[in-house]
Amino acid sequence: MLKFILKKLLDLIPTLVGISILSFVLIRLVPGDPVMLMLGERGADPIVYAKMQKALGLDQAMHEQYFTFLKKAFSGDLGTSIVSKRSVTSEFFSRFPATLELGICAIIFAAIIGIPFGILAALKRNSFYDYLLMGGSLVGYSMPIFWWGLILILFFSVQLGITPVSGRISIMYDVDVVTGFMLIDTLLPKNLANEGIGPFLSTLSHLILPAIAMGTIPLAVMARMTRSSMLEVLGEDYIRTAKAKGLPIKKIIVVHALRNALIPIVTVVGLIFGSIITGAILTETIFSWPGIGKWLVASINARDYPVIQGGVLFIATMIVLINLVVDFVYAIVNPKMR
Amino acid sequence: MKKLATLVALCALFTSCVKEGSNKSTFVYCSEGSPTAFNPQITTDGTSNNASAHTIYNRLVEFEYGSTKIVPALAESWSISEDKLEYTFNLRKGVKFHTTKYFTPTRDFNADDVLFSFNRMRDESNPFFKVSGGTYEYFNGMDMGNLIKDIVKVDDHTVKIILKKQEAPFLANMAMSFMSVLSKEYGDKLIKEAKLGDMDNIPVGTGPFVFKSYQKDNIIKFEAFKDFYGEKAKVSRLAFAITPDASVRYQKLKTGECHLIIEPSPADLGSMKENKDITLLEGPGLNVGYLAMNTMKKPFGNLKVRQAVNHALNKTAYIDAIYLGHAKLAKNPLPPTIWSYDDSIVDYDYNIKKAKKLLAEAGFPNGFETEIWTLPVTRPYNPNGKKMGEMMQADLAKVGIKAKLVSYEWPTYLKKSSAGEHAMVQLGWTGDNGDPDNFLYTLLGCSAVEAGSNYARWCNKDFEDLVVKAKRVTDLAERTDLYEKAQVIFKEQAPWVPIAHSIIFRAMSNKVKGYKIDPLGGDIFKTVELK
Repeated sequence: MLKFILKKLLDLIPTLVGISILSFVLIRLVPGDPVMLMLGERGADPIVYAKMQKALGLDQAMHEQYFTFLKKAFSGDLGTSIVSKRSVTSEFFSRFPATLELGICAIIFAAIIGIPFGILAALKRNSFYDYLLMGGSLVGYSMPIFWWGLILILFFSVQLGITPVSGRISIMYDVDVVTGFMLIDTLLPKNLANEGIGPFLSTLSHLILPAIAMGTIPLAVMARMTRSSMLEVLGEDYIRTAKAKGLPIKKIIVVHALRNALIPIVTVVGLIFGSIITGAILTETIFSWPGIGKWLVASINARDYPVIQGGVLFIATMIVLINLVVDFVYAIVNPKMR
Repeated sequence: MKKLATLVALCALFTSCVKEGSNKSTFVYCSEGSPTAFNPQITTDGTSNNASAHTIYNRLVEFEYGSTKIVPALAESWSISEDKLEYTFNLRKGVKFHTTKYFTPTRDFNADDVLFSFNRMRDESNPFFKVSGGTYEYFNGMDMGNLIKDIVKVDDHTVKIILKKQEAPFLANMAMSFMSVLSKEYGDKLIKEAKLGDMDNIPVGTGPFVFKSYQKDNIIKFEAFKDFYGEKAKVSRLAFAITPDASVRYQKLKTGECHLIIEPSPADLGSMKENKDITLLEGPGLNVGYLAMNTMKKPFGNLKVRQAVNHALNKTAYIDAIYLGHAKLAKNPLPPTIWSYDDSIVDYDYNIKKAKKLLAEAGFPNGFETEIWTLPVTRPYNPNGKKMGEMMQADLAKVGIKAKLVSYEWPTYLKKSSAGEHAMVQLGWTGDNGDPDNFLYTLLGCSAVEAGSNYARWCNKDFEDLVVKAKRVTDLAERTDLYEKAQVIFKEQAPWVPIAHSIIFRAMSNKVKGYKIDPLGGDIFKTVELK
C-alpha cells in the first residue's frame, strides 16, 4: 500500500509541471499585454512602457520568467499579483473558503435531491416518473450556468422577492471573519453575542440560489448515476433473496440495495468536486460570490499573470489531490486496483 | 414531489423572515469591481479611487463636485510666485484624521502629513517608497517627479512646492486622486510595528467617510466621519456591494439591494427609462474619440485633403450605429465639460459635394488610395473600431478615396501609430485632470510628435505658441482665452476628424437625492441622502 501511495505521489510531479507550463504559456498567448492594459493610451510612450515592464519583471524572456516562477514556487512563493501587489498565496487562501463553502453546499444540495430522484427513477423504471426525472436531469445537465443563474435571480429574487440577488451576507451585519466559512463564523460565540442569529440566516439565504445554480449539473449526474447503479443492484441475487424472504420493500431498498448502490456514487463525488470548482467561475461571477472563481475571472481580464499561474496551479493541485484520495479509497475498497 | 414543495415553501418562509430591508441610513452603491488597494498613490483605476480617494482622503486642492473647477480643500488658500515656480499652500487648521479601531490620532493634520505623503512617491530613501511595488504610475505618468524640485515645510500650516519649470496645469494635477494626503503619525506607528503594508490596505484619512471593513470581493463598509472639516456626509453608513455583472446590478437595483449602480448594461437602458422607481442619469464623459490624419504623410500634409475628409464622414450615422446614440457628437478636441471648451465653433458639415470640390482643388479629382487603422479594442471613447472603420470606408468611397482597413493587436497598434507608420488612425483619449492642457498640449503639441502621443504628427506654430503660453500663465481667464483661440486654429487646420464624446450612465433609486455625475468619472457620495 505504501509503495502504491508513493508511486501515485510521484506521478503527481509531472502532472503539475505540465499544468504549470500550460497555464504559463496559454495566458501569454492570449492577446493583451498587462503593461498596456494598465497604462492604456499612456503606454505608447516607450520610456513609460519599459519602466513599467521592468518593474513587473516582464522584460525577461518567457523561459527565464518560467524558471523564476518555478524556482519560487518550489519554495512556496507563487509570486505577487501585478494588480494588488500582494502575495498570490495569501490572496488565494483569503478567497478559497468562500468557494469551498459554496461547493460543499452545492454538493449537499445535489445529493439530497439527486440521489432520491435516482432511486425513484430506478424503482419506477420505464414509467412516467422515470421518463420525467431522467428527461429533467438531461435538461439540468445541459443548462448553461450563466443563463440558469440569471433565471433563478429573476424568478426567486426579483419576481418573488424571497432570496437576495447576490453577495454572501447582508450588508447590515458586521461579522468577524475567523475561519472564512460564513456558516461557521456567524455561529461563533462572539458573533452570536454581537449580532444574534440574523447573520447566520442571512448567509443561508444568500447561499440558496448559487448553490442551486452550481449544484444543478452535479444533481443531474448523481440522479443518473444512482439510477443505473440502483438498477444493477436491484437485479442482484441477494435482493431477490431478500424479497423472497418477505422483507419489507422499504428495508430492502434502504438497507440492502442503497448501501451497495452508493459505493460508486461516493467515488464520483470526488470527480464532481472538480467540476464544481470549474462551475465556480461562472456561478461566482453571476452571484458576486467572493471566491476564487470570481478572482480568476478578474485576473484574466487584467492579464494578471502571477495570479493566473498561481491560481490555476492551486486549483489543479486541488483536483489532482482529490482524485488521488478517490484512488486511495478505491484501492482500499477494491484491493485488485493496487 | 410533495416533499420538494414543502421544502421550497419552508425556504421561502424562512428567507422572507430574514429578507433584506434596506436600512434608511445605509447607502448602498453597487460597484463593478474590487479596489486594488486603499491608497490612491499606488492605484490607477476608477474603482479604487471611488473606494479611497473620494471617500477616505482629501487633497490640498480638489475639483468642485460636478465640475473640473479647482477649489480649496486641505489648503485653505494658495499663492503662486511671480516667476510661477513656487506654489505656497496655506493649510486648513483643525482638520482631524479618522479615529479607527486600529489608529487613534493625537494631533490635527499639518504640514508634516503633506511632506510625508508626497515624499513617499518621489524620495527613494523614504521607508514607504518600496512598499506595494513602488512604481507610482500616476505620479510618474504626470511627470510630477521631474516637475517638482523641492517640497518645503515653511511652518506647521504652510507648505511650499518649488517647480523646475513653469507649468500651469500643476494645480489641476494637485487635485488628482494620487495627490491624496495620508497621516504621517499613522505611518510612524506602522514603522514601529513593522506593518508598512497596512498603509495601502487599512487606510486612515481626513475624508468624509471612515473606512470600516473590507470583505474581499464582497463588501466595503464606511461610516460617516463625524469630525469631518467640511459639510458632513448625509448618510451615516456607506457600503459598496461589489457586483461585477451588469444585469445582476440592475436586478439588485430593482429589489432595493442597491441604491445606485455604476455602468448599466446598454441593453437595460430602455427598461430603466420606463421604470418609475428608477432614475437614469447621463452625462458626457471626459473623453474624445477621433480619426487622426498623419500630416507628415502624403496627401494629408495638404490642408484641403484634411478638410475634404472632415466633410466626407457622416459622424451622426456613427453615433447612431456604433454608440447606439449613447454619445455626443464631437467638434473640438476637448470634451464639452472642460472649461474653455469653445461652443461657438462651427463643425464641418457632412457634404459630399464640398468634399469632392476640395479634393479636386487639392489635385485629387479622382481621389486617392490610403489606409484607415481601426481600433482593435473597445475603449470608452469608441466601442467598435472595426465597424466604424467599415462605415468610414464606405463614406470615403463616395468621394473617391479608396481606404483599406488595417488593424494590429493593441500594443502593436499603439507602438506603430506612435512611430507614425499610419496614414489615418482611430484613437481617443480620456482626460486625467480636467485641464485643457491634458488634451491640447498632450495630443496636439509639437513636442508630443516626438513623445508619440500626437498621432496626427501635426505641428503648427500658431497653435503651439498658444498652448505653450497657456501652460505658463496661471490666470484662468487668460488661459481660457488662449485655449479658445487654439481651438479655432485646430478646426481650421483639421488635423483630426473629432468623432464623439461617449456618455456616462448611472442608474439610481428615486429615493436618492444629492447625487450628480462627475465629469471626471468618479462616484462621489459625500452629498447623497436617502429620502
